[in-house]
Amino acid sequence: MIGLVHYLVVSAILFTMGVLGIFVNRKNLIVILMAIELILLAVNLNLVAFSAYLHDLVGQVFAMFVLTVAAGEAAIGLAILVIYFRGRGTISVDDVNRMKG
Amino acid sequence: MIQAIAFYLFAAVVILSGAMTISSRNPVHSVMWLILAFFNAAGLMVLVGAEFIAMLLVIVYVGAVAVLFLFVVMMLDIDFAELRAGVMRYAGIGLAVAVALAAEVIIAVGAWSAGTLDLTRRVAPIDPVVPNIQAIGNLLYSRYVFIFEAAGFVLLVAMIGAIVLTHRERSGVRGQNIARQVNRRPQDSTRNMQPPVGQGVSL
Repeated sequence: MIGLVHYLVVSAILFTMGVLGIFVNRKNLIVILMAIELILLAVNLNLVAFSAYLHDLVGQVFAMFVLTVAAGEAAIGLAILVIYFRGRGTISVDDVNRMKG
Repeated sequence: MIQAIAFYLFAAVVILSGAMTISSRNPVHSVMWLILAFFNAAGLMVLVGAEFIAMLLVIVYVGAVAVLFLFVVMMLDIDFAELRAGVMRYAGIGLAVAVALAAEVIIAVGAWSAGTLDLTRRVAPIDPVVPNIQAIGNLLYSRYVFIFEAAGFVLLVAMIGAIVLTHRERSGVRGQNIARQVNRRPQDSTRNMQPPVGQGVSL
């Protein structure tokens, strides 16, 4: 059987890639959302790997809840993106300064 | 042996497609690579015996979230070339942060295997006789039933929120007035007449 550390390394690389994606595609909000999905995928992989190797089912149940929150987050994020594009005609992150924060 | 080959195949493809997701020029291609990454992550999960989460990943992520992404990418008329303009400016700092994060995670993994953490106390031990889906169902509907309900509530709020956010009232459209339709009675809207022969009816 494949070792647990193999899984941890894969999910660490995937997580890092998601963070890198947020930095590289700083302007494109859609790709930033996709990078967040990658990060959550890495987290799920970690939870499932630990659940399998510690012979404890709770990790898989928790991964399901992470999945739920990720789906809700994607739906709300894309809805905000759509209304933002409707109002401004762009999705560039640099132009998000209406609230002067 | 076959397990090792499958693991390295899935792991290589998931990392490759993750890299392509964040580096593609066209966001539609990004979504496609993201779908490939989800499929291969599901394969990795099947490999350790978590079939239910793997199926959930394919159904929820590929079937719903990725399609939602595709819809939004194709629906909005965005000039992606302009958005790609300043990519290389932040690649350096992004790479630095990524390398630091990866180093930290690897150190954490090393520290975990070196320490004396007791990870043998199990909350819900996996029974090799019970199938994975049945075991998760038993756990989900007994011990975690309230959290399960809360997850359903989160999805409900997300659905209502998405509808409320994107719904817009359009003016100049003749909509349906249901109350008026229901209140309309036959005696208000029809008349019985006996017109004389040879003459028309004035309405």
